[in-house]
Amino acid sequence: MIDNTTNPQNNNLTCLLEMRGIDKSFPGVHALKDISLTLQRGEVLALVGENGAGKSTLIKILGGAHLPDGGDIFIEGKPVQIRSPHDAQHVGISIIYQEFNLIPDLTIRENIFLGKEKTTFGFVNTSEEHRQSRLLFEKIGVDIDPDARCGDLTVSLQQIVEIAKALSLHAALIVMDEPSAALTIQEVKHLFAIIEDLKKQNMGIIYISHRLEEVFEIADRVMVLRDGEHVVTSEIKDINRNRLIEMMVGRPLESEFPKRISKVGVEHFRVKDLSHSQVVRNVHFHVSAGEVLGFAGLIGAGRTETMRMIFGADKPDSGHIFIEGREVRIRNPKDAIRHRICLLTEDRKGQGLILNHSCRENFSLPNLDQFSRGLFLDQGKERKTFSQYIKNLKIKIQSQEQMIVSLSGGNQQKVVLAKWLAKNADMIIFDEPTRGIDVGAKYEIYLLINQLAEEGKAIILISSELPEILGMSDRIIVMHEGEIKGEITDVASATQEDILYLAIS
Amino acid sequence: MKNLLRNYGMILVLIGLCFLFSLLTLKKQTPESDSAVEQLVEQIHKNYGRDDLILTVGAFNKDSAPFASLLQEELQKEEFNNVRSIIGIPQDLRLALDEIKVSGNRPAVIATNGDVIKWRVIELIPDEYPEFADCEILTPTSTLWPDFLKRSNLLAIVDRIVVIAVMAIGMTMVIITGGIDLSVGSLIAVSAVISTSLMKTMGGLEAPDWVVLVGFIAGILSCGIIGGLGGFLVARFKVPPFITTLGIMLMGRGLAFMITGGFSIYQVPRALPWLGQGTSAGIPNTVILLFILYMIAHIFMSHTRMGRYIYAVGGNAEAARLSGVSVGFIIVFVYVISSLTAGLGGCIQASQLNTGTPNMGQMYELYVIAAVVVGGTSLSGGTGKILGTLIGVFVISVIQNGMNLMGIESYTQQVVLGMVILSAVLLDKARSSGKWYSLLKRGKPLTSQ
Repeated sequence: MIDNTTNPQNNNLTCLLEMRGIDKSFPGVHALKDISLTLQRGEVLALVGENGAGKSTLIKILGGAHLPDGGDIFIEGKPVQIRSPHDAQHVGISIIYQEFNLIPDLTIRENIFLGKEKTTFGFVNTSEEHRQSRLLFEKIGVDIDPDARCGDLTVSLQQIVEIAKALSLHAALIVMDEPSAALTIQEVKHLFAIIEDLKKQNMGIIYISHRLEEVFEIADRVMVLRDGEHVVTSEIKDINRNRLIEMMVGRPLESEFPKRISKVGVEHFRVKDLSHSQVVRNVHFHVSAGEVLGFAGLIGAGRTETMRMIFGADKPDSGHIFIEGREVRIRNPKDAIRHRICLLTEDRKGQGLILNHSCRENFSLPNLDQFSRGLFLDQGKERKTFSQYIKNLKIKIQSQEQMIVSLSGGNQQKVVLAKWLAKNADMIIFDEPTRGIDVGAKYEIYLLINQLAEEGKAIILISSELPEILGMSDRIIVMHEGEIKGEITDVASATQEDILYLAIS
Repeated sequence: MKNLLRNYGMILVLIGLCFLFSLLTLKKQTPESDSAVEQLVEQIHKNYGRDDLILTVGAFNKDSAPFASLLQEELQKEEFNNVRSIIGIPQDLRLALDEIKVSGNRPAVIATNGDVIKWRVIELIPDEYPEFADCEILTPTSTLWPDFLKRSNLLAIVDRIVVIAVMAIGMTMVIITGGIDLSVGSLIAVSAVISTSLMKTMGGLEAPDWVVLVGFIAGILSCGIIGGLGGFLVARFKVPPFITTLGIMLMGRGLAFMITGGFSIYQVPRALPWLGQGTSAGIPNTVILLFILYMIAHIFMSHTRMGRYIYAVGGNAEAARLSGVSVGFIIVFVYVISSLTAGLGGCIQASQLNTGTPNMGQMYELYVIAAVVVGGTSLSGGTGKILGTLIGVFVISVIQNGMNLMGIESYTQQVVLGMVILSAVLLDKARSSGKWYSLLKRGKPLTSQ
């Protein structure tokens, strides 16, 4: 049964957190409309919704980064005012944002105690801090050296440091915003073990994720937001995956991965003996026109590094590249583009976009040769072409001049896609194309990938989400520690376990 | 309009400053000499005969002195036979009047302007010289007009700032790529001494006009080569631009002193001042040059591929590289342009001063950077506008000029200028984030767009 009316009046006294009637508008957007939620001690509440649904805004209100226009917040039944991040800390709320707030050049210990250093006679008492950090990590059940530099840690360890930092503040409530986005499968498992442990210590957790399988695994209750409105809050056992997706996108969903009639043509691209120190070793594979070749593996398996070398972004120690049977030399991305190869990088913000430039400028950056007449740019043609792509890809923007940083992840990705589509390449490499993108936009990107394959383009798809790889690929290559460990040609009958077996062994 | 203000908000500050200085320097103005002379000649022509005695009076070492002699010349050209020019102190006029009285003559008109009119001897004419009672005292009609907005002053503003404005073009490009160029001040000296020493060896004072052009080209190109080397260090070896250009700044200054042995070069061709001091069609050549350069730079940055790539490299060099932009080439390019504009600045400076001196352009790099930043270009790269820089240049030069007109001491001027630069940038930040009040709000960092 689905409880459509949250009932915050109940159990008012035992509620760890209650938000009642929260309302927030930004210029031009009503971001949150009368949102209420409750959270008990020892409970994990999953917050799901498409990008732009209002999850981040709600969290930022809780964290004191935004002030609500209306509504009340209660902690343990007592009304509180959260006007700044400091207020939030004070009432026991700790938020772990997607982009961590760790300073890479400081040690773990220094980061944990930043701003609240343990001092004796005005000097930092290192050994006391060291001891307390050890205690914190013991509580979490991880063994890390508190004197390691944060910048040297893996993403998952950095996350654990964030959790330790939250615990050091005696937080009663931890909010995790997309904590698994950059984690490998085992790391997610480890994170879940920690969350279970925190539950047992009677803490409340709000967990935000786009990965629904995780929501079903870890959450006790799930709350769905859509367009700033509360859609439903339900016990996790009372809802199933498809129903949840429908709630999120607001329409029935036929299938998570669109069908495609695959017509694999002649071999288009081949790479031989590609190596770079220990990161990529003797990689060779080929991809044909009209084929979607999936690359599976754990993070750090060398997939991204392989693609960067093929694209000329990094220099390999050795390797030969053949396009349509002829060997070509690719020394930099410019060469690759000239050979009609495109790469959509995994790090969209860091490598794919110029965040403080307009959508139009981002779109046309590699395409300026098309939009030039003699020495000068033909901005009319540029605008016209871009508006065509905006229409075709259903990119939601107010104007072409809008800063791309203000778009949602899905729309940003569509602009990146548009910029490469306008190049009309023969081979397109997608590196984690749906990372951090909501369900609706994911589906549209899948449709596009299929359409490109049907047009006879060679597609390489790197993804850490196994259902995605299995649902989209014609053939799957599995990498591990820089080497190709195996190839799955019969994708229809393959399972996630088959891939995992190759990826870990 | 809204767009214009968003892109060039600093223009409001500039207009405000112009308005302020116009108010502060408002005073009674007599028309500037040429038109005033014309006006008086016309009046005299209408009312007096060829043989009437006409006195033109000018105060020693004041504006009215050349005025008086010019008026006399013009009247004599019009075939007035009896024109006397008296230039000196009030006593000279009194002596002249006494002499005229003795000789039984009678001046028909006394023409003068400015300070002379306040002389007591002029006021006392009806009492002390009753026989001259019907002598008319003629002055050009005066108007209420600010010193600041006088044509000569406006041209002086441009003239004073032209070197900095030219260099600011290159600096804007460098800063848009996320770099900085500290070497431009020294390169002014390098360019000035290379070009003038070449002119000296090619004939000095007696050299033909084309030698000046050769000298300029040599000066500018040498700077371009130096800039190219610097850009190469930045692009290829990732030496931070601050350090690279700091090194070049020191080397450039030293080089300029080495070339001339520490002396100034005065043996330059007669055509040298044409660029910095000459006019074409009544407009100073520097103003024309500035206008053309800014137009070219503006079109280059906003309407060509290279311009777009410069912005892209500053916005996100890695994303630009992965989009097929040759990032290294762009970086070398902007440092070459910056050095070329510095070289051109050196030539203009040499031409304005009619010499080449190795200590020219000291501290100029800081004024140039200030102008670019005031013009709205972000030091973190990726954003900025050429025309914004032009506005920034003018903000700085208008402040300096206004304070000069008001007679503020130069030490005070520096303090005020520094404060104005800081507050201009602060205001701009507040405006672009759309939140004036956020300036005052606790704990909320300003977000720049």
